[in-house]
Amino acid sequence: MTPSQEQRRWMYRTMLLSRRFEEAIAAAYFEGKQPAFNMANGPIPGEMHLSNGQEPCAVGVCAHLDEGDFVTATHRPHHIAIAKGVDLKAMAAEIFGKQTGLSGGRGGHMHLFDAKVNFSCAGIIAEGMGPAVGAAAAFRQRGEKRVAVSFIGEGAANQGAFHEALNLAAVWQAPVVFVIEDNAWGISVAKKDSTSVTDNALRAAAYGMPGHRVTGNDPLKIFDVAGAAITRARAGQGPTLIEIETYRLEGHFIGDAEGYRAEGEVVGLKAKDPIAVLRQLLLQEGTIDVAADVRIQAEAQSAVAEAIAAARAAPFPAAQAAFEQVFA
Amino acid sequence: MNAPLNRTKRNLTIAKAMAEAIAEEMRRDPSVLVLGEDIGKLGGVFGNTRGLYEEFGAARVKDTPISETAFIGAAVGMACVGMKPVVELMFVDFFGVCMDAIYNLAAKNCYFSGGQSPVPMVLMTSVGGGYGDAGQHSQCLYGTFAHLPGLKVVVPSNAYDAKGLMLSAIRDPNPVVYMFHKALQGMGWLGTVKGAINDVPEDEYLVPIGKAAIARSGKDVTLVGLGATVHHALDAAAELAKDGVEAEVIDLRSLVPLDRETVLASVRKTGRLVVADDDYQSFGVSGEIIALASEAAFPQLKAAPRRVAFPDIPIPFSPALERPLLPDAAKIAAAARATLGKA
Repeated sequence: MTPSQEQRRWMYRTMLLSRRFEEAIAAAYFEGKQPAFNMANGPIPGEMHLSNGQEPCAVGVCAHLDEGDFVTATHRPHHIAIAKGVDLKAMAAEIFGKQTGLSGGRGGHMHLFDAKVNFSCAGIIAEGMGPAVGAAAAFRQRGEKRVAVSFIGEGAANQGAFHEALNLAAVWQAPVVFVIEDNAWGISVAKKDSTSVTDNALRAAAYGMPGHRVTGNDPLKIFDVAGAAITRARAGQGPTLIEIETYRLEGHFIGDAEGYRAEGEVVGLKAKDPIAVLRQLLLQEGTIDVAADVRIQAEAQSAVAEAIAAARAAPFPAAQAAFEQVFA
Repeated sequence: MNAPLNRTKRNLTIAKAMAEAIAEEMRRDPSVLVLGEDIGKLGGVFGNTRGLYEEFGAARVKDTPISETAFIGAAVGMACVGMKPVVELMFVDFFGVCMDAIYNLAAKNCYFSGGQSPVPMVLMTSVGGGYGDAGQHSQCLYGTFAHLPGLKVVVPSNAYDAKGLMLSAIRDPNPVVYMFHKALQGMGWLGTVKGAINDVPEDEYLVPIGKAAIARSGKDVTLVGLGATVHHALDAAAELAKDGVEAEVIDLRSLVPLDRETVLASVRKTGRLVVADDDYQSFGVSGEIIALASEAAFPQLKAAPRRVAFPDIPIPFSPALERPLLPDAAKIAAAARATLGKA
């Protein structure tokens, strides 16, 4: 499956938007945290997990999804949220803990929920897989053509929930696609030191479903493999497991000293930044010209600036709001 | 503290005190080993295993996959065959994926085996919020663990106790849940309550499990805390002293077994009780301590006991929502004044 020119432009735009958004979030995150880095301080407290470098996974998969399709993401959710169409302003406001945020500041960066586009994420490894199987099973039972996609990291493939969800999805022939973003590191532990197989896609065979590994952090290859899996799910042919080789260009969270990485690893990864690679390709093949690129970059920049400015300007929730919405 | 008079003071963080205790016990006892996520080469996300991998190597300091059900279950098995695993659950909030191994195996094997298969393991886990990490990374869950028979539960409030409790926990023939509070840990990136850093002897010493400490003596009102709230209670006591109120502060240190005698002796003396707990309010530590006072010190109570705890809502992310709800010295002092009719 090959993306159309319009889809290629969307993928590029969306990857840029995600990158610019995270750059702005990172800058804001450091406010109040220098020189002494205390996670509690600044306009964005708490842990902050950036997805810089992993944008191809989000766009290659979400290019095939509509608002009605159900997506669960991880503690590293921004790129997927943006590709799924989560409202950027409401997302930014949530990350700043503001009243205008997706959840009025209750959830923050690791708990982004946008029911309008069927997106959610959570802070516990593999936690979204069961819900994705359930949503998919419900779609199938109701005769709807919607699918579910659960994104996880490669570290989550060693959780019990991963193995149970795969089996259940296959037993129910649920229209769900499991996408592993393999960035090679579970915090400080290398995949090779934690995982019994080099390729998690091999594990699909144990649960009676197809498994594919996509190498090179390449959005076009991801588009191809994910497209086939999602088409298959929509056609009622059951679940698929995909593992994508990707990279995180930052630490596990902001503030991670990354002493576990080999020297030069990050420099090497930055040299093959997937956004630069895609830009080069689109320019070469004439999908965009330099003027279009300048425009796309400027649009991403201004959309982010607008969202961040609105988030900063928004009021904090009233303290009493903490007691609201504990129950429906 | 029974430190020799001539020794130099050595102020340590809780993180360093925990690592030192584990290292000492690993040197002494070859059956002790450590396992968990990022506890090896990284030295623990919260610093409490730093240096162990370098000294003892990968066989005794095992970085695990993110597989809590498997590695906590494995720790139970290791304990059953004579090892003494110290296993880390990185955040207590993660207990949801592995509680079966904790409360159905570690907690019950000794009993169900009629004492044949005790489970000498330590489950160390970080607790507490206040730094904007939201409710899957900020809970205390003291009451959740203390509720389950078969688990001992300790909560150090300072480095001295952290070392002595860790040594006791490793040597205890039972599973001990060792809950360390992130605000006290001494990791710069989480901020640190200064009172948690104190003098730690290099020599081996034990802080007994099941023995509370009187952190400050007083006669007018008893303030009971654990972990971080001990420090808030001490600050509240200092504030109350300005008004001539002498508050006694009790650091529970252990939840299971609970040192009921120390709490009751204080309440019988003061007749007034405030419990401070940053775990959820209902069905937890604060209710248990107040029930204890009601059952066993009712005649001496001069006022209804009060509690300062986190309300019964998931811990929200936004600092505008979370921070006003956390127990602090002002809330504890206000509750104490209320018991004195000075509200």
